[in-house]
Parts: sequence; structure tokens; C-alpha cells
Amino acid sequence: MSVSNLLSNWSEFRHTHPVDDVPHDPYKWAMAVDLDACTGCNACSIACYAENNLPVVGKEKYSHGHVMHWIRVERYWDEDGREFPDQGAQFLPMMCQQCEAAPCETVCPVGATNHTPDGLNSQIYNRCIGSRYCSANCPFKVRYFNWYDYPTTDDVWPAEMTQQLNPDVSVRGKGVMEKCTFCVQRLTVVKGNAKSEGRIVREGEVQTACQQACPTGAISFGNIVDPESRVHKQWQAQQVELAKDVQAKDTGEVASDLRGYRILEELRAYPSVMYLERVRELAPAKSEHHSA
Amino acid sequence: MKDINEDIAWAKINKDVLKSLENPRPLYWIILAVAIAMVAVGVGCEAYQYRVGMGVSNLNNPHMWGLYIATFIFWIGMSHSGTLLSAILHLMHADWRKPIYRFAEAMTTFSLMTAGLFVMVHLGRLWQFYYALPYPNERGIWPNFQSPLLWDAMAIFTYLSSSILFLYVGMIPDLAICRDNMKDGWRKKLYTALALGWEGTDRQWRNFRVTYLTIACFLIPLAVSVHSIVASDFAMSQQPGWHVTSFPPYFVAGALYSGCAAIITLFIILRYTFKFEEYMTLSILKKTVRLTFAISMVWTYLNLIEFASVWYGHDQASKDVLIQKATGVFAPFWWMMIFCGSIVPLILAFKRFQTNIPVLLAVSLLLNLGMWLERWMIVAPTFSHGYYPWTWDNSQWPSFVQWGIVFGSFGWFTLLFMLFCKIFPSVSMYEVKEMVYHRTLAKKNLGTAKGGH
Repeated sequence: MSVSNLLSNWSEFRHTHPVDDVPHDPYKWAMAVDLDACTGCNACSIACYAENNLPVVGKEKYSHGHVMHWIRVERYWDEDGREFPDQGAQFLPMMCQQCEAAPCETVCPVGATNHTPDGLNSQIYNRCIGSRYCSANCPFKVRYFNWYDYPTTDDVWPAEMTQQLNPDVSVRGKGVMEKCTFCVQRLTVVKGNAKSEGRIVREGEVQTACQQACPTGAISFGNIVDPESRVHKQWQAQQVELAKDVQAKDTGEVASDLRGYRILEELRAYPSVMYLERVRELAPAKSEHHSA
Repeated sequence: MKDINEDIAWAKINKDVLKSLENPRPLYWIILAVAIAMVAVGVGCEAYQYRVGMGVSNLNNPHMWGLYIATFIFWIGMSHSGTLLSAILHLMHADWRKPIYRFAEAMTTFSLMTAGLFVMVHLGRLWQFYYALPYPNERGIWPNFQSPLLWDAMAIFTYLSSSILFLYVGMIPDLAICRDNMKDGWRKKLYTALALGWEGTDRQWRNFRVTYLTIACFLIPLAVSVHSIVASDFAMSQQPGWHVTSFPPYFVAGALYSGCAAIITLFIILRYTFKFEEYMTLSILKKTVRLTFAISMVWTYLNLIEFASVWYGHDQASKDVLIQKATGVFAPFWWMMIFCGSIVPLILAFKRFQTNIPVLLAVSLLLNLGMWLERWMIVAPTFSHGYYPWTWDNSQWPSFVQWGIVFGSFGWFTLLFMLFCKIFPSVSMYEVKEMVYHRTLAKKNLGTAKGGH
């Protein structure tokens, strides 16, 4: 890896980090979120709590900003002069963007967060010492820190509810960082199954919990290397490329009925989540207020 | 005004300095008691935080870093002027540093120790802090050498061990004087062991000079690199308000600034409590004050440069952070920083205040308040106005645990420093003698007392 190569294409370099294999062969997990389909119902967030053993911190801790939702549904309000009940809201589900050149990975002093060969940004809880540098450097602020020892906090998982915990996911103790994993426990299972049958994971064989719960099918997830996958087709249709920091939609060269973009692309973190712009009109203003 | 009176007898120097080891003014004990009480508060808060979790500090997402990191930078910065006085001015043959460099060097060591504690206090899993150290282990796992935090850990340990060495080596001839003048007891044993059999032969002096000079030369680039690396924690990150090219020199200037202000504070306290009026003279104080004034103006200049480059740099996110600092929730603190750091030092430009002890004590404390605020204003506002809009409307105020630990750290530093001054000679006896000798020589040769070295 020469210096000039490193400078000329940082994202390509990060593709192979830290192992020296062929980039993303046979897997690169990616996502597409259609904001036009998102109704802001929060089902994805609830599903994530159930699947990934997220602690429910309660009202008091929530008000201190200690909430642990790996996927959060953000609200952005229309600014057209209307007051609250009439004011239109737009929703954006935000989770770890599994960046290819992840800002969090380079700064961790102990190497607790790394890139996996299948393109995930992994977090090793046992290695984490809680310096929180990863979160400080995360542009999306999607990393969540265990401010308290939630497994031993009474109101987080009452005794009778511990049976409900997902046995495939470890329960995190205090002082470690955690975040969306793209449901890595599910990926591991299907990858193992596929390997024992001598094939790669087929489209539709695995879903993330949020995708599974979404009533409008706004979230699609899969292996972007596989040309048959829905994610691959969506990214291709939107002309969004993983290793580019400006997409066709924003170059102005193409007639723009394209909707695909990635958040804060100019920071060159090369996220693995593509969002599809909303095409619906803003909710119409109530005409009686405006009639002369 | 003379830096030092040239007819002080050498035996009197020994006597006066040795007296400081046994017979300080009552104020000394008051300071010590207050410092211990402050440490107790800090330790209590840390024990609580360790037990319950980092949540009690009221840090949150997105406010991941708070007063701990800010105060860490503050203490690292404090350590720099010790090296400035003892190493840089040593190379420049500035004689006036001689009576005050010992305590400045001790200040370096102890503020580094205090800074190190903040790295620990900040960690979510303090009990695993050694994962960040590059130690050989059977799992073959190393820390991440890309991370500026790791550079930090290495730079601080290197700087700390070097400055302890420098402090110790420079003290050997004085320790021998202590040894020779002490009655039997634990002190005698301590000094005998630490003096390493110093007898003051020509050969010993020659080796001593070479060693001292070598460490001094080694220490200067270290001091500059340490704070540059601390600056890299921010400059190497991607966040608006932190990703600033000029941060390393800016941090070094800030470090020298707060360090010099601290030297003035400690100068005044030591001079009184240990009755060092004859050695820590007003003339020396005046030189320190002028140095501080110069550095304060450098700091102000670098601040203006940073604001200007952000303002005209067309990076909207960074610009927003700057606007937020000046007008948002942090505005009172930010303007206070500007006031304490850039306006207050203007007093030091006036001759009649350069030797006015009450004014200087107040000003030096204000300068350090400003410098502490500066560090806080570097760390915190970026979290409340980062790139991502979701972070924008969050407000967060440090809990009593954070304030308590910051408060305790000042007690911890004072405790270490005051104990040092009581156990070891805080004025360098042999160098003061040198200084007196240089002055008498100058007087003989020139017929006037203007000389110096």
C-alpha cells in the first residue's frame, strides 16, 4: 500500500482494511431506506429493542439523553409558517451507516471497532474501554454508550423479562459503546448455512429486524455484491455508487428523477445506507385558514 | 532593581533554603488542609462514578466528552512552562530563571500526573485502561496505532518520565547539601539515598552538567510534541470546530500561557509561605510577568487567526460552531474566556502593576480561569452543534460529579506540590550561588552591577 495510492483513493484502501483480502467478495451488506414510504411509526425501533437486547432506560434517563435506540426515527418539521398540529413532519430513520471509511474506526485507541470483510463496522464490546472517541468522531452520532450497568438495573429488565432476551446477542455491561450491527447475529447464521451448502446467501434469506417490522417495506437490506439482490438493484437504479462521494443525482449531469443519496457524503465516510428522497408533496395547508 | 543581591553569603543561601523544609509560615498548613479536603471531594465523586457508571456525570449522546477532557488539556498545558523555564531558558543562559525553575519543573511533573488521572476518570471502563497500552500479551493484540488517543498516552508517559528525570537530576547537588546538613532521621536517609553519593568533585560536576544539558535538549521537543499531540485529538478528528490545522501551535501557545500564569500564582504563594523574599525577588517576578504578557498576546493572535480562518473558510459547519460559541448557550463562558485571556493580561503591560503582588495574584488566577474556559470551549460546543442536525437542540450541563472531580484535581495538584516543597528544596541552592557568583564577577569586571550573565 503506497502512500500515493492511499491518498488517491482512501475508500478503496478502507475496503480491504484490516484484512488483505479481495474487497467485498462475496458479501457487502448494504441498505436502502425509502423516505417516501416511511410513516414514522417507530416499528423498526421497537423491533430493534427486542432483537438486540436494548435496554429500555425509562423516562428519567431518556430526559438525560441516555436513551439506547440503535435506530431512531428523527422528525424534521416543515418550515412553511404553520403551527404544530398542522405543521407537516418528515421522518428519517437513522442507524449506524456502516461507513466504508468509518471515522470511528481510526480513532479508537484499542481497536475495538473494526471493519469486517463483509463490509460491516463491527464493535467488540469486550475490547472497548469506553474512551468514547468513536462517538465524538461519528458525524451521525449513532453510537450509544452504556452510561449505567443496565443488566443489573431493576426497571430495565424486570426478572420475569430476562427470559425474553435474545440468546444470540450479548447483553452489554456498563462503560462500553454499542450501535447498530445490521443484525450481525442473523447474518452469521445465514452465512454459515450457505457455506455448508457451498453457495452464497440468497436474496430474501435474511432480513434485519427493522426491515422485518417495517409495515410499508421502506427498508431493504441485502448483499449489494449480489446482482440479484433488491438493494443492488435499487442502488443501481439510483446510480449511487459505494466508492463515490458525489452521486449522479447531485452532479447535475443527469436529468434528475433520481432520488438516491447518502447522508453527509461530502465527509467521505462512504456510508452503506442509501436514502431515497421523499417525493410526496408537503401536506396541504388547511385552506380555511388561508381563504380570504 | 536587581534580580538578586550579590552579597548574599553562600552559607546563608543554604540556611534559608533548608529552613523552608522545616519551618514554613502557618499558611502552609492551611493550604495543605484545604487541599486534602478538596482531594477527598474528588475521590468521593470518582468512587461514586466508578460504582454507578459514567451516567452520573450527566454526559450523554451526543455530549460524549465534557469537563474531564477539558480539564485534562488544562493540566497538560500547565506542565509546559516548567519546561520553558528550566530547559529553554537554561539553554538561553537566562540567569533570572535560577531561583524559580525548580518549582516550575515540579509544577510540570505534578500537573502531568494530574492530567493523567483525567484520562482514567474519563474512561467508561477504568479497570481495563491497560488495553490502551502497547504491552506484549499472549493474545497478540495491540492498541490501534492510528488513534491520536494512543499517541497521547505515549507522549504523556514519555514526557512525564523525562520531566521526573530532569527534575531529579537537577536536584542532585542540592540533595547532597540537604544530606550534609540534616540530623539523623528519615530525611537524612532519604537525602542520602537520593544524592547518589554526590561529593562535588570536578568530575562529578562535569558529568552532571553534560547530563543536565542533554536532558534539557531532549525535553524541549518533547514538550512541544506533547501538546501538539493533545491538539491532534481534536485536529485529527472530523468534527466542525475541532478539525483546525492551526490547533497544534495554538495549543502549545495556550499551554505556555496558562503555565506562566500558574508560575506567577505559585511564585507569590511560595515566596510568602516559605519566606523566600530574598531569592524570589520582585525583579524576577517582573521578568516572568513580561514573559506572560508576551505569550498572552501570541495566544490572542492565534485565536484571532483561528476565528478569521473559520469565518472566511466557507465551511458552513465550522462557521456555525463558531457562531454558536459566541451566541448560543455557551456564550457567557466564551466571552468570559475572551475577557480573561485577552483583555485582563493588558494590565500586565503597565509597569506599576508588574510588581504589584495582590494585583498579580488576582490577574494570574483570572488568566488561568480564562485558559480553563478556553479548553472547555474547545471541547463542549462542537458536541452541541455538530454536523448532524439531530444533535443541535440538545442541552447538557455537567453534573456535580464532573465539577467535583475537576475541583478535586486542583486539590490533588496543590497537595502534591506543597508536599514537594516541604520535602525537597524548592529553590535551587547551587544555581542561586552560581547566579550570585555571576553577578559578583560582573561587578568586578565592569565596575557596575548591570551585568547578569
